[in-house]
Amino acid sequence: MNRELMKGNEAIAEAAIKCGCRYFFGYPITPQNEIPEYMSLRMPQVGGAFVQAESEVAAINMVYGAAGCGARVITSSSGPGMSLKMEGISYIAGAELPCVIVNIMRAGPGLGGIQPSQSDYFQTVKGGGHGDYNTPVLAPSNLQEAVDFTQLAFDIAEKYRTPVIILGDGLLGQMMEPVVIEEKKPLDIDRSWASTGWDGKSRKPARINSLNLNTEDLDAHNAKLQAKYKTIKENEVRYKEYKTEDAEILVVAYGTSGRISYSAVDEAREAGVKVGVFCPLTLWPFPEKQLFEAAKGKKAVVVVEMSAGQMLEDVKLNVPHDVPVHFFGKPGGSVPSSEAIAAEIKRIKEVC
Amino acid sequence: MKMVLSGFGGQGMLLAGQLLAYAGMLEGLNVTWLPSYGPEMRGGSANCSVIISKEMVGSPTIPTPDVVVAMNQPSFDSFINKVKPGGLFIYNKTLVTTVTTRDDITMIALDATQIAADLDNLRVANMVSLGTLIKHTGIVKPESVLKALAIKFGEDKKHLLEINEKAIAKGAEVA
Repeated sequence: MNRELMKGNEAIAEAAIKCGCRYFFGYPITPQNEIPEYMSLRMPQVGGAFVQAESEVAAINMVYGAAGCGARVITSSSGPGMSLKMEGISYIAGAELPCVIVNIMRAGPGLGGIQPSQSDYFQTVKGGGHGDYNTPVLAPSNLQEAVDFTQLAFDIAEKYRTPVIILGDGLLGQMMEPVVIEEKKPLDIDRSWASTGWDGKSRKPARINSLNLNTEDLDAHNAKLQAKYKTIKENEVRYKEYKTEDAEILVVAYGTSGRISYSAVDEAREAGVKVGVFCPLTLWPFPEKQLFEAAKGKKAVVVVEMSAGQMLEDVKLNVPHDVPVHFFGKPGGSVPSSEAIAAEIKRIKEVC
Repeated sequence: MKMVLSGFGGQGMLLAGQLLAYAGMLEGLNVTWLPSYGPEMRGGSANCSVIISKEMVGSPTIPTPDVVVAMNQPSFDSFINKVKPGGLFIYNKTLVTTVTTRDDITMIALDATQIAADLDNLRVANMVSLGTLIKHTGIVKPESVLKALAIKFGEDKKHLLEINEKAIAKGAEVA
């Protein structure tokens, strides 16, 4: 397969098309605008539909509609737009429909700025919308992962009938890297739940709804959802490790700060510090047991994030109690340099 | 090798950087290309960071570049003190009038805009500088850049290949 040099945003869009996604509904916002731009060109070429909605709220409800018909559908946005989509995502999770949502994070809060950030972790991983639901969250750290995770996201979404979120940031969206994007067929699974027109005979009418006023029924529905989330937690955890075998210090970082930490680890090792990276690839489900094992016996754990410290909470919950957890990062759109992370690793080495 | 290509928005430094990265990819190397992005417009400043390496590329950002191409005065001023000792600094002397020198790096004063004007196409000054960069770094083969150019331009812009190739060749002649 040929490698192509693509922007992260374009690679995500093409990966979606190559695995059969034919519907895009969205509203522009930097730094993810190349996704709708690319979709507006490509969707008509492949017989799909591109709609620029009047708002993010409208876009996510168009996604709800298309998903209810069993279509492969995607939308994308960034922080402020994601906040607007949250109501719809909760409805889609409640109605148990599959769809893929891409968040190319920018710095907040509020309208914030357009520079890369990882400050939507809480919103994305801990729910964002109302009610007891979770969405699987895939966090690529390079563009090949962005491609592979986009295609994987549709499979996870359909297998478990759930919205799946791809969590990237402005740096991953804007940068270019070689990628291989292969055609991938949708899973051969039961889709009889979809509202595709009823002949009155062959099956029960499809009912797409998130409202349930009967408490017993809603209890049962919640129990069913929780059982599903348990299965997802058992089956869909993903992570990777870099130079952790002999490491005394463990950096925990995802996405852009994950890939930059790889460079920082190489630099710190040149100065004689034994350090490695644990990089979660799914943020929900979080690699809880795997992180616990990786952190066991380490002198220190350092969480690196482009935020004020959000994943930090999940890391603290899941490392052994005798391992000190440090934090390095800041909100506001700054991307830490590998040199700065390496300097922090060396500083921590001195104090532990 | 970590390289920053910088100039006015519209001077085509992002494209020059893309061609460089593309050429590296065609040679089987690991590459990243990262643009500065912000609420900027034509005439504002624009730069990109290009890394070409045999090793995996972790961080795509470049606080201390090995090579800088500065096509205007603001780019010169921003990057002259960031280049690593022993590095290469190519600047467009047609547009850079205030020059501070460093004796721990190689500095090349390239008359890029003038050379482009002599080719009757001001817009190829970026390609002139790209020619100089690949000649002096040897980071990719000129053939790879020309191949990248042909792929990037496609059928629609095929008629522009010749002038761009000429500009790259002219840039490579500058010692």
